[in-house]
This record gives sequence, structure tokens and C-alpha cells, in this order.
Amino acid sequence: MQKSLLMIPSKCTGCSQCELACSYAKEEAFNAAKSRIKIFDFPEKSRHVPYTCTQCAEAWCMKACPVDAISEDKKTGAKIVSAELCVGCKVCTIACPFGTINYQQDTGKVVKCDLCGGDPECVKICPTEAILYVNADATGDARMREWAAKSDEASDVTPN
Amino acid sequence: MGWTQKILRVNLTKGTCESEPLNMQWANDYLGSRGLATKYFVEETDPKVDPLSPDNKMIFATGPLTGTASPTSGRWTVVCKGALTGAIACSNSGGFFGAEMKNAGWDMIIFEGKSAKPVYLTIENDQAELHDAGDLWGKSVWECESELLKRHGEEGRVASIGQAGESGCLYAAVVNDMDRAAGRSGVGTVMGSKNLKAVFSRGTVGVKVKDPMGFMKATGAAKKILAENAVTGEGLPTYGTQVLMNVINELGALPSHNAADVQFDGAAQIGGEAMHAKRETDGKANLVSNAACFGCPISCQRRSQMDPNHFTVKDREKYHIVSGGLEYEAAWALGAATGVSDLETLTFCNFICNEYGMDPITLGSTVAAAMELYKVGAITDKETGGVSLTFDSPQDLATICEMTGKGEGFGKEIAMGSKRLCEKYGRPELSMTVKGQEFPAYDPRGIQGMGLTYATSNRGACHLRSYTVASEVLGIPEKTDPHVTEGKAGLVKAFQDATALVDASGTCIFTTFALSMEDIAPQINAACEGDWSTERCMEVGERIWNMERVYNNAAGFTGADDTLPQRLLKDAAKTGPAEGLVNKLDEMLPEYYSLRGWSADGVPTSETLGRLGL
Repeated sequence: MQKSLLMIPSKCTGCSQCELACSYAKEEAFNAAKSRIKIFDFPEKSRHVPYTCTQCAEAWCMKACPVDAISEDKKTGAKIVSAELCVGCKVCTIACPFGTINYQQDTGKVVKCDLCGGDPECVKICPTEAILYVNADATGDARMREWAAKSDEASDVTPN
Repeated sequence: MGWTQKILRVNLTKGTCESEPLNMQWANDYLGSRGLATKYFVEETDPKVDPLSPDNKMIFATGPLTGTASPTSGRWTVVCKGALTGAIACSNSGGFFGAEMKNAGWDMIIFEGKSAKPVYLTIENDQAELHDAGDLWGKSVWECESELLKRHGEEGRVASIGQAGESGCLYAAVVNDMDRAAGRSGVGTVMGSKNLKAVFSRGTVGVKVKDPMGFMKATGAAKKILAENAVTGEGLPTYGTQVLMNVINELGALPSHNAADVQFDGAAQIGGEAMHAKRETDGKANLVSNAACFGCPISCQRRSQMDPNHFTVKDREKYHIVSGGLEYEAAWALGAATGVSDLETLTFCNFICNEYGMDPITLGSTVAAAMELYKVGAITDKETGGVSLTFDSPQDLATICEMTGKGEGFGKEIAMGSKRLCEKYGRPELSMTVKGQEFPAYDPRGIQGMGLTYATSNRGACHLRSYTVASEVLGIPEKTDPHVTEGKAGLVKAFQDATALVDASGTCIFTTFALSMEDIAPQINAACEGDWSTERCMEVGERIWNMERVYNNAAGFTGADDTLPQRLLKDAAKTGPAEGLVNKLDEMLPEYYSLRGWSADGVPTSETLGRLGL
């Protein structure tokens, strides 16, 4: 079973712990600027939104790469960048509609979320369960349940 | 590791920015942030220096845990000689600026001298540069920060002063991230006196620790404790520090009407629960949500939005935003102390404090003192220029707060703080200050230990130097009787030393509602070189406390300054559980000096200084 990251902005407090855990796992330093997951703040609405790669099944970054440096981890479905093969051409960063694969000047390579091999650090560290790792076929379940719970007898329709 | 081991020295007189290595011997003895910055400060400045002279230095400092995954790792500190107090000043703040500065590769920035004209500093990793701030001078914190983010990159972070810091309000704050503040003692006034408007920081260097596996284990364990604790896991996220308003009022320890009373009829209307309640006017709650500072799993920040039709903000769109809402201290000072029980007016005045860059505790308490001066006729409309200063009046409060921020009319006199104001008008006893700084939201008649806390605080009256409320009210780490003085000297000393260490680490004192030194020391130990045992941490805390004391004594303070406003010592509480009580400071102070290893007049003995390596 493949799993997907499910992010719930209404639960995010903007604390950056996910960025810290991600950057330590990938860069061996606490460095929010180099995290694969990023929190975006919208202070005028008091809203904080975590955002990262959704691991497209048909991944445009992977298709665009001229040197086949991006491959799929069959177990997790993650699209993985090989730092050895990447030549830093940045075509993938243009191809990705979501901006979730990014170039790093100091290494000359692109980086993106790789789901930490199926045990995402951001999920483990989030103090408010704003980032979950759930069955990829059921990312909508929690939201459906929420709406279902809002229904009452008044919404019942008796067929004629 | 933990430390970046780099300091930025900015000479504003010469206009230079230079990097220098961190003194690691001092880092080992004073840890970081409050401790290490104060060590640099006392080594480099004359204790008799005029706080507003170019010879006073100002240090922005992070701790070894700042910018890491340690819970509440966003704290940073401003150290200087305080404009309000003339004592050592150390104000810390949360938000994101401190972590950004650390991530740019700097443990500290030392500002010295004075620029000939207004400037601001930008830091982008190892690049530091001073820029002309002529077009920013006169702008508010909100305007200045927005402009600098536009100019230098939205991903950066800004700490700045508002008009209050420029015009010499003696309790101006340094405000970062729009509404987080190094608020007390006039650190923003010192920044303004140097013609330094703001610091923009952007960092992508990264912060490393000594033992990553051990660090994640220690910080993970601490996070679990914070999540499971009733105060840090539930009370603070839900109600913020405002969780205290009704509790402290019922205890008869909520000073009201310039501390003439110890309870406030309007408490329930201005506390945490009231912020959640839907307004009658527009059906919306004052509180929009909570939010976190950098690295904080507690998330006690209040995000508030006012009723756009409230008289203070009608047709003034810049106040219709979601912004930093009321914390307990601000709600008390602006509200209970002045007798104003209108939550929206208090929220407005709090916005004003963030916008213009002022400490709401000293502002509220000074307005309260002015209201009493006005009530007793020591000042009249002649002195105030026709501005009415009546207790309980939302209109009067809103008017004078805004005038103070702008430095207009009688606001200029409110900007002096209550000590100078009350002395000027011949009623010094009406100033609720210690060492020139207004005491906060806990009445020492109802919570005896807080009397000793205020009297001995190195930065003037303050709750954040030894928060014995934790023990005397909340039972953390163990319950003590708030009306009893016995044992409080030891309690205050233990809290002072532990707090100094936590401040020096770069984390938030609110963690200590749940964490003990046994939970904090392992984090420091995994981050920093050397062996950081609980015992060593407590010793560092004690060393920091004594260093600050030695500086203050050299600056001219004596044991005679370790006292309280006469009202707290002579006028008994009129109502509530503490009715009939005054603060019995004289029962605690000699024991405190003795436990500290100080002489009977409050001077650390040579034996004590030797023991601590001072």
C-alpha cells in the first residue's frame, strides 16, 4: 500500500518544526531555508500552510529530466532525485507546476521531498498532527467523515 | 556546535561591520544569549555609562539552542544598559527573527557607538551592510518591516523600532515579526539613541549540534512532556497567558486602579475566556486563532481581530487586520491597572504598542499612575493640555496611549514612565516601580514571593526573572502558600538561577511550566561541546545572576533599591483571600541575601564571587 502526505492547514501553527526535522534529515543541519517541506504564512488571515511535493503518479519533473536523474521508489511512490546523476539543468523546476522541486546553488543539484523512505520526519515531529501520512487511496476520508458528521436528520431524504 | 562561534561587531560611529570569533571560554561559563551577551557587555562598557550615550552598547544575542529543533527555540535577547532603569537590561523576544539571525551564522551582533544619521543593518549569511534609513525614520514598526521585506526579500525577518524608540519614549521596545517584542526596560530607546532603525536578517547557513541523535532524543522527550502537560499542552494553546486573568483575580492578586485594589470587577471581561466569546456587536470573537513562534509546540500566541466598528478603529483600516492579541500582562496593565474593562479598547492599545514599539506593561502602569495623579488633583487639564485621564475610561486610555506612541502633547510625559512622572508632580509614592521599572500583573500582597521577585530583579520589577507564581499559585514544581513568606527566599533564588540558564539557552521560559532542569540540561549537553550536567547548568545560572548584580552595584544601585512601592508594604489588601495583608519583604530579604552569599547590604562577598569564578 502506498501512502501520501496529507496536510491540514487549519491545524498548522507555523512552528517550523517540520522544516527543522526535514533539513536535519537531508542537510545534517537545522536549516528551514533548505527544508523540502515549507510553511507559508498568511498573517492577515492568521493561516499557516505546509506545502511540499505530492509525488504525482505521472511526474512531470521525472519526464522532463534529460539525464534520467529522477526515478520512482516503487515501495513509497516517491520520486527520488539522484544527486550523482543530476546535472543541475533545472528543467524539472520549470516542469513542476507546484514549485516543489528546487535547485540549490551551493551543490548545483535539485532537491525534493523523498518521503524519507516511507517514514517522513515532518510527520513524526509535527506537534499538532497538521501533517499526516495516510493510505494514498484514502486522503479524502477524514474530510468526508467531517462533512458526514455535519449531517443530521433534516438532511435525510426519503425516496418516494 | 550549538554556537556558530561568530560575532558580528557593528560600529555605528564608523559605519563598519566586522566578524570576530566567539570567546569560547566565556561561552563555556555563560552559555549564550542573556548570559553570554551580558558577559560581553559588562566586559566592554563602563557601569556608569549614560544609557543613551554612544558609549552604551547594545547586543542582539541568540543561544546555543536558538534555531534548532529544541522546543521553543525561537528566543533571542537584547542586552544593554536600560534607558528606563539605568540597570542592566535584558529583554528577550520570540517570533522568527532570532532563528533567522542564527541561521545566517551569528551568535551575536554587538552594536557600538552612534550613527550620525539614521541607518538600518542587513544581514544575509556572512554579508552585513549598513544602509541609509532616512526614508524609514518616522515610520512605524509595521510600515518599516513591510518596506524592508519588500526591499530585501519576503523570506527574511526584521527587528525594528517604531516612532516611540525614535522620540525617546523611555520604554520603547524592539519589535520583530510585527508583534513579538523585546519589550522591557527601554531597549528600543537605546536602539533609537544610536540612530539604528532596524535589522533585516536572512539566513540559509544552518545550525548544527554536537550529537544529532542524542539531541533529537532529548528534544523529543521534552516535546512529549510539553504536549502532555495541562498548562503547556492545553491551557496556553487555548487561552494563552490570558488563562491567568480570572485565576489571579480570584486569588486577590490582580492589582487594579494603580494598585489601590487587589481585585478588578472587570477581570472576566478582559481575560482569556472573554477573547473566545462572540461579541454582541458583530457576532465574532476577538480571538481568531493561536499561533507559534519559531520551533514552538506550545503555540500560546494570540491572533486577534477587532470589531471594525469599534470607536477606536472605525474607518481606520490598518487596525482591521489580524494581529498580535492581548497577553495577560498587557491586558492587566492596559486594563485592570487603569480600570478599563473594554476588551476591544485594550486590543487597540496593544496594537498601538506593537505599531509604535512600546512596552505595554510600563505604558499601562504609567497611565494608571497618571490617572491617580489626575484623580487626586496633582495634575489637571492644565498640565494634560485638556486631555482627560479618568480611571475606567476606555476613551481616555485609547487617546493617551496613541498620543504616547506618537510623542504628542501629554503623551511625551507619559513616555517618561511613572517614576519620573510621579516625581515631577510631587507624588513619587504613586509610581508602582522598582529600580525605575513598573511591576507587572501579580500583586505581592496576595503572592508574597512575587514581592521578593520584584525587589531583587536585576532589570527592575519583573515577573520573568523568578516566576514564583508557578509554585505559589499553580503548584509547579510544588505548591507553596502564597500568603506565607517562609521558604520564599530559597524559592526565589532557585527560580532566578534556573530562569537565567533557560534564557541563556535560547529557549522560552514557558517550557518550565512542564520541564525541569533535568529535561533541559540534556538538550544543551547534546547541542554543545563539553559536559552540561544539571549541576553545571544551575551554576551557570547562578553565575549569570551574580554577574548582573555586580554590574548593577557598580552602576550605583545598592541594597536600598531592593524594595517595593510603599503601597505594597503599608496599605493592606482591601478584598479577597489576601484581605488585610501587606507584602512582608523584610521577612524574606535578609534570608535571600544570606542564601545568595551576599553581605547584609546586598553585595556579593568575595567568597561568593570566587566560588562562581567572577
